[in-house]
Amino acid sequence: MPIYSEKVMDHFMNPRNVGEIEDADGIGEVGNPVCGDMMTFYIKVKDNHLSDVKFKTFGCGAAIAVSSIVSEMAKGKTLEEAKKLTPALVAEELEGLPKNKYHCSNLGAQALNKAIDNYLEKQGKMVKSKGRRKDEKK
Amino acid sequence: MRKVYLDNAATTPILPEVLEAMLPYLRDAYGNPQSLHGWGDEAREAIEDARAKVAALVGSQPEEIIFTSSGTESNNFAIKGLAMAQQSKGKHIVVSAIEHFSTLHSARTLEKWGFEMTQVPVDRHGLVDPNEVSRSLRKDTVLVSVMHANSEVGTIQPIREIAGLVKEAGVVFHTDAVAAAGTIPVDVRELGVDALSLAGNQFYGPKGVGALWLKKGVRIIPFLDGGVQEGGRRAGTENVPAIVGLGKAAELAQTEMKSKMAHLSTLRDRLIEGLLSRIEHVILTGHPTQRLPGNASFCVEFIEGEAMLMLLSQRGIAVSSGSACTSRALKASHVLTAMGIPAEVAQGSLLFSFGREDTEEDVDYVLEALPPIVDRLRQMSPLYAKFLKGRKGGK
Repeated sequence: MPIYSEKVMDHFMNPRNVGEIEDADGIGEVGNPVCGDMMTFYIKVKDNHLSDVKFKTFGCGAAIAVSSIVSEMAKGKTLEEAKKLTPALVAEELEGLPKNKYHCSNLGAQALNKAIDNYLEKQGKMVKSKGRRKDEKK
Repeated sequence: MRKVYLDNAATTPILPEVLEAMLPYLRDAYGNPQSLHGWGDEAREAIEDARAKVAALVGSQPEEIIFTSSGTESNNFAIKGLAMAQQSKGKHIVVSAIEHFSTLHSARTLEKWGFEMTQVPVDRHGLVDPNEVSRSLRKDTVLVSVMHANSEVGTIQPIREIAGLVKEAGVVFHTDAVAAAGTIPVDVRELGVDALSLAGNQFYGPKGVGALWLKKGVRIIPFLDGGVQEGGRRAGTENVPAIVGLGKAAELAQTEMKSKMAHLSTLRDRLIEGLLSRIEHVILTGHPTQRLPGNASFCVEFIEGEAMLMLLSQRGIAVSSGSACTSRALKASHVLTAMGIPAEVAQGSLLFSFGREDTEEDVDYVLEALPPIVDRLRQMSPLYAKFLKGRKGGK
């Protein structure tokens, strides 16, 4: 039995929204190559909505599929809605992930969140220094 | 779609001749080798015949071969059994940093039982320095274990030199030859070792069977207590069909070794040359010349191994990787890190291990399939983007 669902394979084989946004309104980078996964999310914001989301990811099949589905789920949502994207929702949308790959869905949700926070900081709508989460490194 | 199996380090397929040899013992010849009637005689003859064939493969006496369930069991048996048998002499053991987990974790268990362990480092090619082993020996050292060849990076150790120094100091020496036996010439007398592990599924025999060669006169504590099987050193009704398969595989490995080695090294060198010239920022891991004939292992920078593995699998190509994401433990291969390869580079590990059925056309198929896969993953990789920006910036 393959370890990944068909949906994971689809998003891994045909990832949506790969790339960078030159004039991004927010950028969020999480993970580091030493532990195996690293994701960078780029967002454009228009009228409080995510008008564009792109990503670059270094990592395994699950990490790439997670990045792709998060970008798809987030696109068009309001900032508030997008911030509510949890790792569990991401994993569910992918029709499940192997247990030892759950942290990938964490990373995806975190990277998006961080990009939104980055945007809000730039807008002066949020006080900086939220403190890093324990599983994040620079 | 073309199917190319390049994961022979995980397991080789079973040869038709081996299967044929096994079948009677799964059907009518079902006797217990310990029984004193005709059924027993038939089974006993079969395993003694296999014992002679395995002994011939490694240049030993038949009675020095102990059949086990796997390479893992052989290593557990050797490390724990040889150390425990000598614990009144001392409680210090020495292993290399790149041993298989069945050796390393057995050594850790011994630590829990009150032993001390020294891990000897390797150089960037994965080679153990015999003098380093020699320096690690203490008055209370009772066992040294260094693997013959490493399946992940292919490096072949100078076992004869290491064993010579260890034996000079009067210490028992074991080598894990699971990746070597049946693939390259292994002769226990020439190597000068005291114990040696091997496994059937590494040279076209069945899974679930291995052997420990133990020099006559070397003491070991049995791992499985019970009846008188294997001279009382490994109890349990013998796995007759698997043992027969191991014997047949050993016989074939011996007769075909020369031609097989030539074939495998041709494929290996073609792939190494082809990949290094076609893809930028690829490192050959392991020793450039002292390596297993079928092993071509690399680290591809800026991308991750499992992603490459999966995309190759989509093209019908089976390989393995030592990246963190590939391992259940989510840790990069201890072999690669012990060789000083940075963790982020080790994430791009890719191992091709050739087998007798593979052809030059298979190599060319890989050489055609892999570059676009690497390209595609690099386009997605933030590390690669950073690298390119750094290069543009005149770094």
